[in-house]
Amino acid sequence: MMKFRFRRQGADPHRDRLRHDLFAFSKTVEHGFPSQPSALAYDPVLRVMAIGTKAGAVKLYGAPGVELTGLHKETATVTQLHFLPASCSPGITRVTVVLPMAAAAMVCLGTEGGAVYFVTLPTLTLLEDKTLFPDEILQSVPDDYRCGKALGPVESIQEQPGNGSRLLIGYSRGLVVLWEQSTRVVQHLFLGNQQLESLAWEQSGKSIVSSHSDGGYMVWAVGGTGQRSQQPVMSTIPYGPFPCKAISKILWRTCESGNAFIIFSGGMPRASYGDRHCVSVLQGQTLATLDFTSRVIDFFTVQSAEVPEGGFENPRALVVLVEEELVAIDLQTPGWPTIPAPYLAPLHSSAITCSCHVSNVPLKLWERIVSVGEQQSPRQSSAAWPIDGGKNLAQEPTQRGLLLTGHEDGTVRFWDASGVSLKPLYKLGTANIFQTDCEHNDSLNQAGEEEWPPFRKVGCFDPYSDDPRLGVQKIALCKYTAKMVVAGTAGQVLVMELSDEKSEHAVSVATVDLLQDREGFTWKGHDRLAPRNGPLHFPAGFQPSVLVQCVPPAAVTAVTLHSEWNLVAFGTSHGFGLFDYYRRNPVLARCTLHPNDSLAMEGPLSRVKSLKKSLRQSFRRIRKSRVSGKKRLNANSPSSKVQEANAQLAEQAGPPEVEMTPVQRRIEPRSADDSLSGVVRCLYFADTFLRDAAHHGPTMWAGTNSGSVFAYALEVPSQEKFSERAVEAVLGKEIQLMHRAPVVAIAVLDGRGNPLPEPYEVSRDLAKAPDMQGSHSMLISSEEQFKVFTLPKVSAKTKFKLTAHEGCRVRKVALVSLASVGSEERLENCLACLTNLGDIHIFTVPSLRPQVHYSCIRKEDISGIASCVFTKHGQGFYLISPSEFERFSLSARNVTEPLCRLEVARLQDTSCLSNSSTVTPKLPQANGTHVPRGSEGQHSPSDSDRSPEAAVSPGPIDSPNSSLENPLDTTGDITVEEVKDFLASSEEAEQNLRNASEDEARPTGILIK
Amino acid sequence: MEVKSKFGAEFRRFSLERSKPGKFEEFYGLLQHVHKIPNVDVLVGYTDIHGDLLPINNDDNYHKAVSTANPLLRIFIQRKEDADYSAFGTDTMTRKKNVLSNVLRPDNHKKKPHIVISMPQDFRPVSSIIDVDILPETHRRVRLYKYGTDKPLGFYIRDGSSVRVTPHGLEKVPGIFISRLVPGGLAQSTGLLAVNDEVLEVNGIEVSGKSLDQVTDMMIANSRNLIITVRPANQRNNVVRNSRTSGSSGQSTESSLPSSTPNILGSLLQGEEESDEEDIIIEDSGEPQQIPKAAPTSESIESLSQIELLHESTQNGFLPSSEMNLNHSAGSISMEYEAPEPGPKSLEEDGTIITL
Repeated sequence: MMKFRFRRQGADPHRDRLRHDLFAFSKTVEHGFPSQPSALAYDPVLRVMAIGTKAGAVKLYGAPGVELTGLHKETATVTQLHFLPASCSPGITRVTVVLPMAAAAMVCLGTEGGAVYFVTLPTLTLLEDKTLFPDEILQSVPDDYRCGKALGPVESIQEQPGNGSRLLIGYSRGLVVLWEQSTRVVQHLFLGNQQLESLAWEQSGKSIVSSHSDGGYMVWAVGGTGQRSQQPVMSTIPYGPFPCKAISKILWRTCESGNAFIIFSGGMPRASYGDRHCVSVLQGQTLATLDFTSRVIDFFTVQSAEVPEGGFENPRALVVLVEEELVAIDLQTPGWPTIPAPYLAPLHSSAITCSCHVSNVPLKLWERIVSVGEQQSPRQSSAAWPIDGGKNLAQEPTQRGLLLTGHEDGTVRFWDASGVSLKPLYKLGTANIFQTDCEHNDSLNQAGEEEWPPFRKVGCFDPYSDDPRLGVQKIALCKYTAKMVVAGTAGQVLVMELSDEKSEHAVSVATVDLLQDREGFTWKGHDRLAPRNGPLHFPAGFQPSVLVQCVPPAAVTAVTLHSEWNLVAFGTSHGFGLFDYYRRNPVLARCTLHPNDSLAMEGPLSRVKSLKKSLRQSFRRIRKSRVSGKKRLNANSPSSKVQEANAQLAEQAGPPEVEMTPVQRRIEPRSADDSLSGVVRCLYFADTFLRDAAHHGPTMWAGTNSGSVFAYALEVPSQEKFSERAVEAVLGKEIQLMHRAPVVAIAVLDGRGNPLPEPYEVSRDLAKAPDMQGSHSMLISSEEQFKVFTLPKVSAKTKFKLTAHEGCRVRKVALVSLASVGSEERLENCLACLTNLGDIHIFTVPSLRPQVHYSCIRKEDISGIASCVFTKHGQGFYLISPSEFERFSLSARNVTEPLCRLEVARLQDTSCLSNSSTVTPKLPQANGTHVPRGSEGQHSPSDSDRSPEAAVSPGPIDSPNSSLENPLDTTGDITVEEVKDFLASSEEAEQNLRNASEDEARPTGILIK
Repeated sequence: MEVKSKFGAEFRRFSLERSKPGKFEEFYGLLQHVHKIPNVDVLVGYTDIHGDLLPINNDDNYHKAVSTANPLLRIFIQRKEDADYSAFGTDTMTRKKNVLSNVLRPDNHKKKPHIVISMPQDFRPVSSIIDVDILPETHRRVRLYKYGTDKPLGFYIRDGSSVRVTPHGLEKVPGIFISRLVPGGLAQSTGLLAVNDEVLEVNGIEVSGKSLDQVTDMMIANSRNLIITVRPANQRNNVVRNSRTSGSSGQSTESSLPSSTPNILGSLLQGEEESDEEDIIIEDSGEPQQIPKAAPTSESIESLSQIELLHESTQNGFLPSSEMNLNHSAGSISMEYEAPEPGPKSLEEDGTIITL
C-alpha cells in the first residue's frame, strides 16, 4: 500500500525541491529552567553564567538571547563548574575542591584525603612536583594543635587577590593555610578549631572570612610570612545563640557606599528554621534573609571584573541558583528588589496542566498584557539584567508570539515566546473566584517585619496547589477582542475579558446540565467548586465576567471561543454545551454518553484501576521497547527460496521458543461501548455550508472519543440585535466514523482548500476572506486516520489511514502554514501530526499526501508527547522536563534559534589573540534525535564578515583527543565538546576547520555535530 | 386489496390500497396493531403465486408482495424467537401440505437435513485465502471480514523470534506471532490461522521493524477488513502449486498469469479503501434529538456491491482448504431477521456465517 502511494507521488522532482524548501526539522532552543541543576559558575570577564545539571548538561547564559547548551556523553552529574580565567570552559571534577588559577594554565584540585594537586590545562597532565600533601603542612603546625589528627578533606582553595601564586587552603578540621606555591612556603597559619565549610577573601587580600558548620563565620587578618593566628579578628553566629546549621558558602564584597556585603547561605537556627532554604545578605546593620522554596545550590555576585587598586567591588547583583529557579537580587537599589530574569523562567512554579500558543499577536493587545503584567509585580527592580556577556546576533522576532500555560493551581501564565528567551509577561489567577479549602493569604510574605530572622520570600516556585479542582485544563484566547476562556478540572468555564482598570464586580454564574436527564448515572467524582458570593475585587488584567459550571463537574476536555458570535462551547466526558456570554444564557446542552459507559460517571477517583492498568502497560512497553530496540533484520527481500528455507527451518525448530515474558495483545476492533466513549475531544466553530450548498452560516462541530461528530447549525443574530434575540442551535448532522477512533480535530476548508480564518481576522484585514464560492470541505482527524469530506453533503473525498499504514496513532494535530525558504509569498497549508511514537508527520491539505516525517520525541516520553503544542507557522513546543519546553521548527524558513557571539581569548594562545566564534548553540538533546538542518547559509548572517572564524571542537575532558571519533553521531556527545570549544589546541582547531569546510552539507552556523 | 394475516391461530382481515402500499415499516406497524401485539418482534412472510412462503422484511419485497398478490395477500406472522427459518424457501408451502409423507418417512428427513438457502443479502464472505499464486508456498495470506460486533475477531499476538536465512547465514530475528485464538472467534472458526503462526504482513505492509504495539494498532485499524500474511507454524497443509490434482480450479491457473498478478493486491486494497467509506451520516432536518429516519447512504450500497464484485474476481484465488470451513460453518448457519435499523448497520449485524 505504501509503496503504491509513494510511487504515485514520489515521482515529481519539482515537488521534491519544493518540499525541501518548505520543510526542515530542527530542535532550536530550550525554554525554561533546567531540570535538577547541580552546579553554577560565573565568569566576570565574559559576563557569562553556566549551569550544570544532574543529567550532565551544561548551559551557558549571557545577555538575553545568548544561550548555549551542551550535554555530556554519559549522564554524569556535573558537580562543579568553573570558568577558566580568560577562557570559557567550566571544569568538572569529583574531587572536593577545584580552583582554576588565574595566571597559569593550571587547575588546582583539593581532595578528600587532604592533598592538593596541580594539573595543567587543557591536557590535564598532573604536575607531580607541585603536589602539596597534608604532611608538609602539618610540619609547620604546632604540636598541641596537631593532636595526631589528620587535617581532613580540603574544603576550600582560594587565590589571594593580587597575588596568584599564594593559595589559601582550608581543611575540614578548621586549619586554614596561606601557601606560597612558587617557593612552597607556608605564609600564614590560621589555627581554627571549628569545622570549616568555606573560605572567602576580602578584596584587598588583607583579611579572610571563614564559615563553619556551627552556623558561624570568622574574620581573620592576613599578616606577613611565617605568622600564626590563634584567634580570629571577629567571630559571630548570626542566627545564634541556639544551635544553627552550617554556613555552606560565604562571600565578602566591598562596597563604596558603605559597609561591605557579607553574603552567606545556610546558618539558620536548627530547631525553628532548620528546614528553610535561605541566603542571608548582611550589609552593616541591614540584614535580609532571602527565603527560597527549594534547596540553594550556589550563588555569586556580579561586579566589574577589574577592581582598581584601593577601589571597591560594588556588587551589582546577587544571583542565587536554587533547585527550581534562578533569582537575581539588585544590590544597588535600596530594599534589594529582585530583577526579573530574561530566561530560565520557572515554568513549573506550579505544575503545567495545559498550554496554548497564539501567534501574530496584535501590538495593542501585546502592550496591554505587558502593562498589566508590570503592574502585578511592583517589587521588581528596573535594573538591567546584570549578566550581559556575549552578543545576541539573532534578528528581532518578526512577529509576537504568546505562549499560555495553564497550571495546577488555577493560574494561567502568559509568556513572550517571540524569540529565543521565554519571558514571563503576566500571570492570571482564577483561584480567588472560588471558595477553596485554605484561603490564600500571603502569610509568608507578610510575616516578618518584626520577626527574627527577617525572612523575605523570594522566587515564585510554589508547587503546592490548594485544590486540585482549580487546575486549568483548556485555554482559548481571542487576540482581537482580548477575550479569553479558561476551563478547569471541576467543569468550570470562565469567560474573561482584559481590562486595564481594576474593578470590583460580581461574576455571574450559570450551570449547564450535560446529562440532560439521562438516567442511571451517578457522579462519584469531586464536587463542583463553590463560587464566592458578592462583588469581588479584580486587579487590572483579565477579569472574569461569566462562570459556567458543568454538571456533573467533570474536567473540561475541549473548549472553543467565537468572539464575533459571543459564543463559547465546552465539552466534558459527558457531553458538550454552548453558551451565549453576551446574553449570559445557555444555548445548547447535549449528552454524548453511550448507554453502556459506566466509567464516565464514576469520576476521576475510581479511575485508579485504569491508571494502574495503564501504568502496567507502559511498564510493559518500556520493557518491550528494550527488546524491540534490537536491530531487526529487514525481511523485504522476497526471494522465495530464502523464505522457503526459512519455513523449513522454522518447521524443524518447532514453535519458536519463547525467551521473553510473553506479552500478548488482543486484536479486536474498538466497539461502541469502550470506556469513556462520550468524552468530547474537540469543538469547532465555522461559517460554512451545513444545510445546503447555497447558504452558509454559523455552525458548531463537536467530536467525541468514540468517533462521533455532531454538527449544529446556529442562528446568530446580527451584532445590533445581540441583546434582543437569542442564539439558536439546530442539530444538522451526526457523523459516526466507522473506525470509531477518537476525533482529535475538526477543521473546515474553504473553496480553495485553505482553512477558514479565525473570527475577526477578515474584518480586521488580517486574513484573506475565505472562498465562499467553491464548495467547502471538512477535515476530520481521528486518532487513526485523516479524512476530508465534502460539505454540505458529507461524502468522503480523500483520506489517509495513518494507523493502518504505520502502526502509530495520532496524538496532536494542527493545521500549519509553512512559508518556503525562497519566498514568503509561497505559503502552503499542511497538516502537522505528532504520533504516539513521538514522530511528526506532515501532510498536504486537502489532498492528505504524506510529505515528510521526523522523529522528535522519544516514544517513552509520554508527558513530552502529551504536552506538545504546534504554532500556526510550523514551530512547536513540548516539555522535556517539568520545567523546560523544547522548541522545535518544522519550517525551513520560520526558525527561532539562538544565534549569538561570545568573544573568547583562547587559553593556549599566549599572544591572547581574541577569537570570536559565532555559534548556533542548539546541540543534541538527551531525549531526541537531532537532525542537522540541511539548509545552509541562510542564517548566521555574520559568517561572511567575520574573521577569523574559530571552528573548534575539542574532545571531552577525560580524553582530549577523541573529539573526531565519530562526527556523524549526533546524539548527545557534544556538550562537553561544545563547552570545551575554546580549549582546543590550535592544530586541532585547524583540523576541525578543514573538516568543516570539506563537509559541504554541514550548516555553516553549527560548529559541532 | 384484501389482506389475510395469520398469527398463531388467529386470523385478521383488512385491506390495503394496492397503488399506495406505503413503507414496510408502516405495514409492520399495522400488522402489530391489528394483531394487538405491539411489542412483539415478529417475522413476516407471505405466499407468492407459486405457493412459496417468502419473507417480507424490507420495502422492496413488501412492494413485490403487494404487487403480485392475486387477489388476496396471505400473510404469515411468526414470533421471532420461535421462528422456523426453514419454513421459508421454494416449495415450502407444498411441502407443508404434504405433511403425511413427512410423517411416513421421518428417518429420511433426519438424515438429510434440509440445507436452507437464505436470502442473498445474508450471504457474505467471512474469510478467504488470497493471492495464492503470487506468494511463496510457505506463506498464507488470509483475509478476515469482520461484520458487526456479534462475533469477536478473536486472536492475540505476541513478540517472538524466528530464524531466517539471510545472506550472512542463519539469523535470529524478532517477529510477531499469533499467541492465542479465542474459542468461537472469527479467527478460530476459519481454521486458517493457528497459534505460533508468524505474522509477516498486515494489509500489505510488512511488520518487520515494527513493535508489537504498532502491529496491534495496525491490525485494529484494519480490523474491518484484515488481511494478514502469515507463515503457518504447521507447514504441512501448504498448497502445492504445481500439482494440478490439488483441486485448484482451472481459473486459478489462468489468473496466475504474470500479467494479472500484480493487480490483485492493488485492486483488493482499492476495494478495501472503498469498503471503509461507511461512516454513518445522519442528517437532521428538524429539532435536535429527533429519531433519525435515514436510509442507508448510497455509498455504502455501492461499496457493498463492490465487495461482491471483487469477490467474484478473486474467487480463483480460493484454496480448496476453505471447503473445510464450509463444512464447519454449515452447522452454524442461521438466518436472522431483524426489523431494519437505520443506516447500513443492518447489513452488518446479521450473524450468518458462511465461508464462500
